[in-house]
Amino acid sequence: MSKIHVQCTINGEPTEFLCEARQSLLEVLREELGFTGTKEGCNDGNCGACSVTVDGVLVDSCLILAAEVQDKTVGTVEGLASAEGLHPLQQKFLEHASLQCGICTPGFLVASKALLDANPNPSQHEIRHWLAGNLCRCTGYDKIVRAVLDAAGTAE
Amino acid sequence: MRDFEYTAPSTLREAVKLLSEKGEAARVLAGGTDLIVQLRARRFQPERVVDVKNIPEVNELSVSPRKGLRIGAAVPCHRIYADEGVKEQFAGLTDASMIIGGIQIQGRASLGGNLCNASPSADSIPALIAYGAEAEVIGPDGKRKIAVEDFCTGPGSNALKPGEMLVAIRMPLPKNNSGGHYLRFIPRNEMDIAVVGAGAFVELGGRSKTRVFKSARIALAAVAPTPLLVAEAGASLEGQPVTEETIAAAAAIAQEAARPISDMRGPAEYRRHLVGVLTKRALIGAVKRANGEFVPNAVQSNGHPVYQLS
Repeated sequence: MSKIHVQCTINGEPTEFLCEARQSLLEVLREELGFTGTKEGCNDGNCGACSVTVDGVLVDSCLILAAEVQDKTVGTVEGLASAEGLHPLQQKFLEHASLQCGICTPGFLVASKALLDANPNPSQHEIRHWLAGNLCRCTGYDKIVRAVLDAAGTAE
Repeated sequence: MRDFEYTAPSTLREAVKLLSEKGEAARVLAGGTDLIVQLRARRFQPERVVDVKNIPEVNELSVSPRKGLRIGAAVPCHRIYADEGVKEQFAGLTDASMIIGGIQIQGRASLGGNLCNASPSADSIPALIAYGAEAEVIGPDGKRKIAVEDFCTGPGSNALKPGEMLVAIRMPLPKNNSGGHYLRFIPRNEMDIAVVGAGAFVELGGRSKTRVFKSARIALAAVAPTPLLVAEAGASLEGQPVTEETIAAAAAIAQEAARPISDMRGPAEYRRHLVGVLTKRALIGAVKRANGEFVPNAVQSNGHPVYQLS
């Protein structure tokens, strides 16, 4: 079948690509466009390693077809840091040692940023609830939650 | 995943044409949180996928006094639980849409998809049944309505014929002194599938000290091949005073009606026990809301709601 031509915006940059209908956004981001910060974990919507935003809404990029992002705005972990330096969440993840193997980290960062965009001062409970769709098999979550609290300026 | 033809029509008419041409070989895509997993697992291998999200009617979420609540088939959970009108009038739907998957899933998954996927454990279906919701369907022969309790025909199968699609779910605006609640039991705090779920909607009459049930509807998840309306449990409450005893009697009827199986999520006997507990809690939550009391939405949380009649 012929390829589908998709135009969208990724991390603020107008982007176009060709994809097959069966390709997920995750696959196209990583394999066609080189955005390898977005990770593949379970590939069925349980682990959150592939978290991105589409029109500002947090989603699993493994559960969206690339063809669906026509005219949409996609945000990946590569869009977090600016020319001035790391995003505060990235900085706090480093300071709190909120990662070990790191494969879940981009998903946690994207999800945490979406949380802070929606709710700049979340409670610890709200953070844990929001991040329930992101799995980490190394840290036990505590350091991740601390980093997000700290980045939000609400650490007790 | 096998390749297929991706189509994204912008009108219902076009969508019905695209679906009808392929019959069983076409699938509707809304949020994709079930469909894309099923495509990958090769449970379905359609020749054509029809993405319906560019069609205005399936994205509409509106509450009006005359027409009631209309939830377009592709409206994702996050839009439903963020909607103040829904929260005020249909809090049981807010309960259900907040606990389907995690935040990422809620960003895409729709109640229309939850209904069409027809899982016995679907969280939104008992809540929809309790509110007396109808599915608005369109197909090659025009539009028709199906009561939500009749929509699911077995695990993973529904009443849609080839070429048909769900457009919206509609339900009347609840009258004064009524309330709904949905809750489920899961062994984790989040991200799990109901071991049992229970939804209730009640309309109360009488004075504040001597409340009676004018009507009640109770529906269950994960205890039968489809989500289950227990009409006789609701009927048992009609005209009865609101007491622990009448609520317990309705819960006992729900337990009798349940036909649970034993599986990895729990043995049948345990599920039957949960039906009793959750039906009582759903009714108590619904009564409290009907009385204008605050009942937290059913997020599994550390703020345990208190399920006691005061």
